[in-house]
Amino acid sequence: MKSTIETNLRPIQYGRVHSRTKCAAGQFRCALQILGAPLAGPVSRALGRGLLAILLAISILNVGRAQPAITIVSTGDFAQKPIPVALQGYTGETLQVLQFDLYVQGFSFVGAESAQYLINGSNTGTVTGSLTDKFAKSVLFSRTYNGASERRQAHALADDIVAAIRNTKPIGGSKIAYKSQSPQGPGEIYIADFDGWNAQKVTADGAIVAKPAWVPGRLALYYTSYARSNPDIYYHNLGTGQRRIIAGYSGLNTSAAVSPDGSKVAMILSKSGSPNVWICDASGADLKRLTKGIEDSSPCWSPNGEWICFAAKINSRRSLAKVRASGGEVERLATTGAPNPTEPDWSPDGKWIAFTSQAGGEFNVCVLAADGGMAPVVLVSGQNPSWSANSRTLVYNHGPAGHQTLAVVDVFTRQTKDCHRAAGSNSEPGWSR
Amino acid sequence: MKLHSIVLPLTLPLVLLLAATGCHKSNIPVTKLNKPAPTGTADNTPATPPISPAQPIAPPTTPPVATPVPDQNPGHFATSDINLDNYTQDRSALAAYTVHFKFDSAVVETSEQANLSSVAQALSDANLKLLIEGHCDERGTEEYNRSLGERRALALREALAKLNIDPMRVKTLSFGKDKPVDPGHDEAAWAKNRRGEFVLLHPKTPAQ
Repeated sequence: MKSTIETNLRPIQYGRVHSRTKCAAGQFRCALQILGAPLAGPVSRALGRGLLAILLAISILNVGRAQPAITIVSTGDFAQKPIPVALQGYTGETLQVLQFDLYVQGFSFVGAESAQYLINGSNTGTVTGSLTDKFAKSVLFSRTYNGASERRQAHALADDIVAAIRNTKPIGGSKIAYKSQSPQGPGEIYIADFDGWNAQKVTADGAIVAKPAWVPGRLALYYTSYARSNPDIYYHNLGTGQRRIIAGYSGLNTSAAVSPDGSKVAMILSKSGSPNVWICDASGADLKRLTKGIEDSSPCWSPNGEWICFAAKINSRRSLAKVRASGGEVERLATTGAPNPTEPDWSPDGKWIAFTSQAGGEFNVCVLAADGGMAPVVLVSGQNPSWSANSRTLVYNHGPAGHQTLAVVDVFTRQTKDCHRAAGSNSEPGWSR
Repeated sequence: MKLHSIVLPLTLPLVLLLAATGCHKSNIPVTKLNKPAPTGTADNTPATPPISPAQPIAPPTTPPVATPVPDQNPGHFATSDINLDNYTQDRSALAAYTVHFKFDSAVVETSEQANLSSVAQALSDANLKLLIEGHCDERGTEEYNRSLGERRALALREALAKLNIDPMRVKTLSFGKDKPVDPGHDEAAWAKNRRGEFVLLHPKTPAQ
């Protein structure tokens, strides 16, 4: 069942930001940074010593016992202290962007005396920034940004700061898609910068919508809409505005999740008589049923595309489960301590599964080690977590029912900030990767 | 000799540890192993709700679970392809027979049999079809509830099949928690919202 619906969306425009680097003192080190070499210096040396000590401690404890390989993860990983930095010379929107972006990637803001890194610059006319490692007494980079908007320049500077210190994937230019719902039920799909700014409405149907999911690397979404008075899954090209239904079977079609290479979609269909996980190709063809459980919901993909993790009922207990995308036995994931787990999302680095735990009327965003071996950790009150490309920042929704707000959280420090809101109840965010 | 063989294995790892960690004072945060997650956090983060104490580390792999019979798919009837555009909807005819459900359940309670019989009765005219809308209270995530609402509608369809109503005459439609009848946030409101509503479908004549 396919129909082509043209919409009048203007194509998404992105300004491009250009940066120029000045290599100041410490030219060799600066050049290394430009080339993207990993940071050498006191940070990694101290971390290396700490890690060696931990490894030795484990090997000492395990002498004489046959052990399966132990991943070094623990609940302590989620109580890390943020890296203290000092911001100097910034005002207004640039200051707000820098504070937001750095906070939700695990940095805190202190005076120059207590900071580990100094970020100096200005935003009069154009954004400039230099990053100094206080202990090494060296300037890691010094850059000027121009093009696009002040916000976008500030996001680019924040990206460079995080890249120089942590070497995680940049998120400053990334987008979120989400739904905004009126109290009566209908709503629309939106996209925005990951901090909620520059929101754009994607649909204008006045229908119930749900669960937007990005096509990796593309300006396209899958989402559920009741525009035809039935929950159907649409593919929507945001560049051209064209969309069509890829799953419009009788019954329920919802919870689309795109494989990491964009070639397949997992979703929940009830066409067999019960909601189960099905897989099709990107256009909706080649449909295959993957599960036969009593109540399956919310599939997500492992980053290598081999596994689907989803919520299920196993042995009369609500659980998270996983099954090979190519088919096979369903395996239960242990989530003891986090009741009624749903809405899993698998981190891009493969290590973690974030999910929603629900008890009484409370929702909590939790994190599980994908390989097991760690009790789930409760991060923050909220639902529907979605990972960014950096595998440490999550977007989720929280707040009173009917008045929800999106927020982002750094899972390792648990620092969280609310996103800029669209009108209505904002929920079910998906982070572009 | 004996003392030496005891002291050396004890002190050597210690010496190695000290050599590895060095004596540098460092401001770099070092994560400690096996520290339970704190229930309150510093600075600007909101306090997390109380959590269960950290469980001892379980074996890394969970063995695959053979799906036992109780969890097998009870949905025997594929959904039916009824195009609502071809029908007029009568919401009032069967409004009195709305079926309610227990929390997080799609089981049709035996107390609802009278309602089901009335619905079956109304469908004795073979031209009529039925739309069952499944709804949930707010205490579940949106997608979980969308699935639960569909399960409720499907369960009612199966219950009607036992009363000889052909499932192909019945369309299911889930609204999850998007359309509560009571916007309240207490058990009284939630109980009203966990429901299946029956809508009678009259085929449109060509003129309509």
